[in-house]
Amino acid sequence: MTEAALVTSAQMATFVARGFLRFDAVVPDAINAQFLDEAGRVPDAKGEKLRQAYMRLFTENGIPAIAAGTPLAEAYAPQSAAARLLDVPVVRGAIESLVGPGSRFDHHFLHITFPPAFYEGMGAPNVSQHNHQDSTIDTRRAFDVQLFYFPHEVTRDMGGTRFIPGTHLRRVSEAAIARYQNVLGQQHVVCPPGTVILMHHGMWHGGGVNRSDRVRYMFKIRLNPTVRQTRLWDTRDLPNDHRMQRPIFFVKEASDPNDVHAILTRPEPWFEADTGRLEYVNRIRLWRHLLGDESFDADYWLTRLENEPA
Amino acid sequence: MLRRMTRRQKILVLYLADSALDARTIAWSEWDGTGVAEHMAGDADAPPYPTGLAALRDGWRLLQISPLLPHHPGGELTVSYLKYEFLFEKQMHIDD
Repeated sequence: MTEAALVTSAQMATFVARGFLRFDAVVPDAINAQFLDEAGRVPDAKGEKLRQAYMRLFTENGIPAIAAGTPLAEAYAPQSAAARLLDVPVVRGAIESLVGPGSRFDHHFLHITFPPAFYEGMGAPNVSQHNHQDSTIDTRRAFDVQLFYFPHEVTRDMGGTRFIPGTHLRRVSEAAIARYQNVLGQQHVVCPPGTVILMHHGMWHGGGVNRSDRVRYMFKIRLNPTVRQTRLWDTRDLPNDHRMQRPIFFVKEASDPNDVHAILTRPEPWFEADTGRLEYVNRIRLWRHLLGDESFDADYWLTRLENEPA
Repeated sequence: MLRRMTRRQKILVLYLADSALDARTIAWSEWDGTGVAEHMAGDADAPPYPTGLAALRDGWRLLQISPLLPHHPGGELTVSYLKYEFLFEKQMHIDD
């Protein structure tokens, strides 16, 4: 097992604020090729034949069915592509920083997005997946992470996963947000082979529509923490003065954009005027939980609300 | 020869940054009952109108605005669905 490369405080604060960490091309080509071999290639067929081949591939390929709740360390056979992927230092470090070293396997799924010929053969419309939040309404402060692995290059026309940074703290009921087709600031994954994105379980997302002539693969693994998620990352860069307040609203100089306060109070393009402020409140609450310090505040948002002199 | 015309709805939903119709658009959805356009999730990264008022001035009829509701006690700081939803329609005449 390699040494985990834990994430920094700035990366962790970014995860709290935006709900994801992205690592481009961190998985070596050999593992990407092994993964695609184990996943199985979709045969060059169309229509119902391709559908049948797809279903057969799911039952016969080299990706195992694993019981929910299995310790992650026991989930995959040593030297399998998934085990090697999870042992890439940057990947393992990010997982351990977010959900701890002894996380549990929740489930995984191989997402395959077909090119237009598949739908033409089926007589079905080739449309994108609705926006949704996975699982169901989740009221926890603790969080799961979902690892999105892109084993091959994803170009814009291949319809890479669409997600909306900063939506992860919104408490909604799975597909209830399907009405929202487009949200300002949405991202479509375009990436080199071997890219990994770790997302908070609450991130609003959906599969894009594949308009290329190639099949697109994406492998997703959901992981649960087994320990309280407090100071699991590399905190050496956490400044001693991170509890100090800075001037707000009326300011005379720009602050360091990598400062935790700045990261936690940076808006997303889709923020509403009023609830954008509630997003800050909820980010600060989550950061307090991760710090294990309920006295932390950024830009006075919670101090003001909690000030009730006796 | 007489042409038979039928009406079909086009639906536009704009989500604005606050409760005013001239607030900026932060999210949007479209459905075309005429069948001419096929809209879907993720099909545009820029809104069709910068504000609700701009849609109104382009001939969209406003049908519904989200009500302003008091916050549930204990849930005042919870964030959930987009708050400021404005539902518009255009009625189009098509050949039957």
